[in-house]
Amino acid sequence: MKITIASGKGGTGKTMVATSLALTLAAVTPKQPPLLLDCDVEAPNAHLFLHPAVTEQQNVSLLIPSVDEAKCTHCGKCAEVCQYHAIAVLGQKTLVFPQLCHGCGSCTALCPEKAITELPEKMGIIERGPAVAGISFARGVLDVGEPMAVPIIRQLKRWARPAPGQVVLYDAPPGTSCPVVETVRGSDYLLLVTEPTPFGLHDLRLAVQVAGELGIPAGVIINRENGPYPALDEFCADNSLPVLLRIPFERAIAEGVAQGKTLVEIHPEYVEHFHRMFTQITRLI
Amino acid sequence: MKIILTAISPSIDSNIDGRFGRGAYFIVVDPATLEWQAHPNPGVGASGGAGTLAAQFAANQYASTVISGDFGPNAYNALHTAGIAMYLFGTSTTIKEAIESFKAGKLEHVSTPTGQGHHPRG
Repeated sequence: MKITIASGKGGTGKTMVATSLALTLAAVTPKQPPLLLDCDVEAPNAHLFLHPAVTEQQNVSLLIPSVDEAKCTHCGKCAEVCQYHAIAVLGQKTLVFPQLCHGCGSCTALCPEKAITELPEKMGIIERGPAVAGISFARGVLDVGEPMAVPIIRQLKRWARPAPGQVVLYDAPPGTSCPVVETVRGSDYLLLVTEPTPFGLHDLRLAVQVAGELGIPAGVIINRENGPYPALDEFCADNSLPVLLRIPFERAIAEGVAQGKTLVEIHPEYVEHFHRMFTQITRLI
Repeated sequence: MKIILTAISPSIDSNIDGRFGRGAYFIVVDPATLEWQAHPNPGVGASGGAGTLAAQFAANQYASTVISGDFGPNAYNALHTAGIAMYLFGTSTTIKEAIESFKAGKLEHVSTPTGQGHHPRG
């Protein structure tokens, strides 16, 4: 089973929920603790909660075209097929713009003179290793200044595969664009962490649309609940989104998280809450 | 000789468009005869690489000169490689004014990118 923890809005508690759920599953199923993938490759921080020992690492590269001017006839086919305008044929010179290239390989495949070869250009890494409580942990890290997160997430998901029967938790980046879609793709369930504020609700609406587009069932966790916020409950009811867990706005939780503790470490009774929620999700799928 | 200017509408009577990669139209002009043609900029809606696409257009037209308001690093490198000279509109507000100033040698020649560029892949 694959569950993605996402939110739309940043800072709602995705990673706290994902790591707490991972520790819960490790506690209730010690024979097969889950696999957690930190897919927030621009700012991954689940490791701060789960303390993995990295045992394997791989580079993630884009394949950037390199033109052999001796073979190139400057026919312009490569520039014509490039969707990203990353290659231009300028008189008697063919110029590549690596910063624009998405590494799709169209120019190389379609060059009639076979004048293009592809050279890997590193854009980040993926790494994995065992974490606390026997949790299998993996994450991607995008190099600073690199603009594309999707190839890292895609390669991370291909590389860090679950053992048969192992539950996978994908900790998603904030937002609702390509990196989130790449993370959510293929999941059985989408767990949306929100907060009872106009900001949380606004971005939850967007995240719910992503779930709808991808046809993935979704449920909501309301974090930092501090008295009633009817607009959020109404939205969930109107969209048939089950509210699976409510986490109160509480100083002890905030202090614990700020010290790098998960919710189940701060309040051990949350193991039961998370386990009940997980059981409910298995019934909803 | 062919020069290309960026314009907000498809006519030699248009006002200038200060953006090179995202300008609405390219006016291709022979400054001696003022014969002209307008082409919609193929890169207006591009998600990225509008500057290189516009430079590719200029190279395909065998233009000797491009006049616009801004040349980012990719557009600059592409045009420079193609051997196309770059000039800035300066105070010109219409295409005709810019052509006259160019012919009078009053426009500033560009020998380094004038902006930071906009959109890397993403």
